[in-house]
Amino acid sequence: MRRRVLQAIGASLVAASLPAAHAQKPIELTFYYPIAVGGAVTKTIDQMAADFEKENSDIRVKPVYAGTYQESIVKALTAFKSGQPPHLAVLLSTDMFTLIDEDAIVPIDGLLGADGKQWLDGFYDAFMQNSRTGGQTWGVPFQRSTIVLYWNKEAFQEAGLDPERAPQNWDELVEFGKKLTKTDANGNVTQWGVKIPSSGFPYWLFQGLTTPNDTILMNEAGTETYLDRPGSIEALQYWVDLSAKHKVMPGGVIEWGTTPKDFFERKAAIIWTTTGNLTNIRTNAPFPFGVAMLPEKKRRGSPTGGGNFYVFNKTSPEEQQAAMKFVRWATAPQRAAQWSIATGYVAVTPAAWETDEMKRYVQEVPQATVARDQLEHSVAEFSTHENQRVTKALNDAIQASLTGAKAPADALKDAQREADRILRRYRR
Amino acid sequence: MNRDIATAAPALEREADPAHATGAFLGARLTHALETAGAWLLGLLWILPLAYAVWTAFHPTEYSTRFELDAPLTLENFIAAWHAARFARYFWNTFLLVTMVLAAQLVLGTLAAYAFARFEFRGRDVLFFLVLLQLMVMPDVLIVENYATMNRIGLRDTIVAIGLPYFASGFGIFLLRQTFKTVPRELDEAARVEGAGPLQVLWRVYVPLARPVYLAYALVSVSYHWNNFLWPLIITNSVETRPLTVGLQVFSSTDQGVDWSIITAATLMTSAPLLVGFLLFQRQFVQSFMRAGIR
Amino acid sequence: MRSVQTQVIAWLLLLPAMVLLVAFTHWPAVATAWHSLFSTPKGSRPSVWVGAENYQLMLEDDVFWQALWNNLWFALGTIPTSIALAIVMALWVNGKIAGRGFLRLAYFTPTVLPMIAVANIWLFFYTPQYGLLNQVGQALGFASRNWLGDRDTALGAIMVVSVWKEAGFFMIFYLAALQQVSPTLAEAAALEGASRAQYFWRVLFPLLMPTTLFVLINALINSVRMIDQLFVMTRGGPDNASILLLYYIYEVGFSFWDSAYAAALTVVVLAILGATALVKFRWLDRRIHYQ
Repeated sequence: MRRRVLQAIGASLVAASLPAAHAQKPIELTFYYPIAVGGAVTKTIDQMAADFEKENSDIRVKPVYAGTYQESIVKALTAFKSGQPPHLAVLLSTDMFTLIDEDAIVPIDGLLGADGKQWLDGFYDAFMQNSRTGGQTWGVPFQRSTIVLYWNKEAFQEAGLDPERAPQNWDELVEFGKKLTKTDANGNVTQWGVKIPSSGFPYWLFQGLTTPNDTILMNEAGTETYLDRPGSIEALQYWVDLSAKHKVMPGGVIEWGTTPKDFFERKAAIIWTTTGNLTNIRTNAPFPFGVAMLPEKKRRGSPTGGGNFYVFNKTSPEEQQAAMKFVRWATAPQRAAQWSIATGYVAVTPAAWETDEMKRYVQEVPQATVARDQLEHSVAEFSTHENQRVTKALNDAIQASLTGAKAPADALKDAQREADRILRRYRR
Repeated sequence: MNRDIATAAPALEREADPAHATGAFLGARLTHALETAGAWLLGLLWILPLAYAVWTAFHPTEYSTRFELDAPLTLENFIAAWHAARFARYFWNTFLLVTMVLAAQLVLGTLAAYAFARFEFRGRDVLFFLVLLQLMVMPDVLIVENYATMNRIGLRDTIVAIGLPYFASGFGIFLLRQTFKTVPRELDEAARVEGAGPLQVLWRVYVPLARPVYLAYALVSVSYHWNNFLWPLIITNSVETRPLTVGLQVFSSTDQGVDWSIITAATLMTSAPLLVGFLLFQRQFVQSFMRAGIR
Repeated sequence: MRSVQTQVIAWLLLLPAMVLLVAFTHWPAVATAWHSLFSTPKGSRPSVWVGAENYQLMLEDDVFWQALWNNLWFALGTIPTSIALAIVMALWVNGKIAGRGFLRLAYFTPTVLPMIAVANIWLFFYTPQYGLLNQVGQALGFASRNWLGDRDTALGAIMVVSVWKEAGFFMIFYLAALQQVSPTLAEAAALEGASRAQYFWRVLFPLLMPTTLFVLINALINSVRMIDQLFVMTRGGPDNASILLLYYIYEVGFSFWDSAYAAALTVVVLAILGATALVKFRWLDRRIHYQ
């Protein structure tokens, strides 16, 4: 028995001393990505992987389509919990705390090398806000967005408004909305002035109201929420009043998925939706349209949105380095520009906007710069520990108010109480 | 026989009366007409989503919500849908999956049901209770554990892995046991007398008599696994293993909102074979139910 | 015949099925139930024993009660309706109606269409203003309704989709059963002067009982299991008006990653279903014996 053990030790010593270069297998990376926009995204990603492999023959990237953002994180965490994590994934920037709490990702500061800080500074700060916590950086912006306002220039003209001028503030939104809302002989509305969707993730659109009202809903550590501040209640009241009082917006919950179609069908003259819809609207709107920043109250502003790159834990250091290489490659200015043009997301670095390709695109589609210009006023998307649970409390409160079940103050107080209960244990 | 004549006589008398006969005749015709109308109305309502899918898939996206008859036809949606994902492969994967699962379910289920129905052994009731429990346990909520198991066996990202948790079906075992129990014991004994072993008895006596149940169960199983989404999404990673439902998800709620033209084009592409198959073979399908019933 | 040989054969016959059942159903289920007695492990924090705490939280959870209530309504709304429709469809398709082949196809189509596509199509039907229902309604003079965005109608709208998807599927089973009914029965009943309604309730329906029980079990399981359309249409909203238990379990388990609480919810759902199932099966078994 002892002889066997000694033999085994001997054999492994010999094997360990063999030069490592002799068996140089390429590093294989699994890369989970969601599809959140239309178009042949799979092809684009596959091409990206192929291009990367050409320049880096020692790394192989296997992109795995993982569904929507929601499904992608389920897939990634399930794999992680079963011991087979993906090496990198594109997931929502708001998933950061969830991933940290599950110990699923590694901070990327350690993987960056000497020029790390400089490289990170190359990203728009608005996008980095959802990527940092506790002094460390956990995600790298990849496909990010903000909310913008689209308006139907033809409808504006018909209503006697200047077609080149979007509503600049909350009062104008109501005023324009009233002029734009048309009813037929029976009193049924044929065209609404405004539609702000409230299905699925109403909290995001809600931030499009609280940010201009100079109210932040959570802290950077993700341990506190401020849902029932006066500014927040005021914002929700304004949202509810758009339909209840001013009648420029339909009541009830407005479906996110059909809002662009509502716009094309002229059922809404102004819509709020992601900048990622720009290509879609450009292709399908049968009328000239404009893109504007969200109307201001005390200031301009919008939440950011979209997905970051994350590098997963429980993978080998070489794999993490290789993953980081891919991340840096994919966010290089040239590629960031291409990705932005192909998908409609905002290119994540100022350098990307300076590339020739981007400059040409901007000449063709000047509306694309609105989202970028809004970045200097933009804030982090709502994200805390136990993110989905806290967000659900906020979503339910917003929907309860919009459907008339609770007054905004009550709904938000309930949500705040729920959020406090959930986040208590993270405050120690 | 006499009673039949006796009861037939007053009926015949009733029919002999012309006025009454006409009234009854017209009443029957009216009812029949109403019923036909009702059946057709329901049929049209039922097929409305498919009709809408056909309309939207063949027209450009501006016409997906307007039904103007002079709208131009186009095949662009199909082309776009075809390019968005490898549907031919997904279709094949789904076909393999569904066939594999059904075959396994039928074999395993028959063996187990036979044991439960015709054998006495220790622990029979306890084991049957365990089988019944499976009817109620939703595989969806066991995803994390099952994924870990698949990992351990090394079957991640294979079509077998999608089907394996379903190979043993509590519903199938329950159904077949019930059916086997109604088989007359004389047939069983007759076969045994001829020298058949237990498996031969199973194959020669029980299985043929359970044909309609097999068909009914096949329908349940195929439709379940055809439509199953979440578990296949989690366990598969590559195009070579992904079934249709996961592939179609590419078009589902995106940031950009719903594009009905493409979704319906993709749907038609992937459902057409099944629909055509059913249209062509529905008579045979139902007839085999019927034939198996008449002994 | 309790010989050793019989027992061995029986166990061998059972072995493959039981191994798979235990591996993929019972063991994970037990593990889940076991986890419901602990707290959720998160990253570096291990799970600790908390006994019945998760169940207590559940009793205080408004969303849970809402989901339970919704499921009850859902079952009451969809099960009798889809079974009744299935029987009616089968009767029609089995009778002498013109165009039977087409009708059969029309009724069965929903089964073949994948839920993802179906849910999106119904999303269009329910869309305010230019959705199909509202287009028709407005042509008739009604105002446009936000079917999915209104707490009063959201659950009902989802139920309609479920009934639509299921009725044709159940129809096939009834059709097969009807075709095994000898036509002389109908003739004899007509000769006896029985009306069609009487024929149906006194003769046909009892003969269809086994099919009805089969379909009932399926419908009950489906009423708990079929939540796919929620992902596309309402996501449980507005404000939990259309949330169903399994969807909530999925949310808690795979969105909140609170595996312990999800396990507790699962155990409750299983208990309810298990109780219903036991009662039904006991009853079923008794019927078989007396045949």
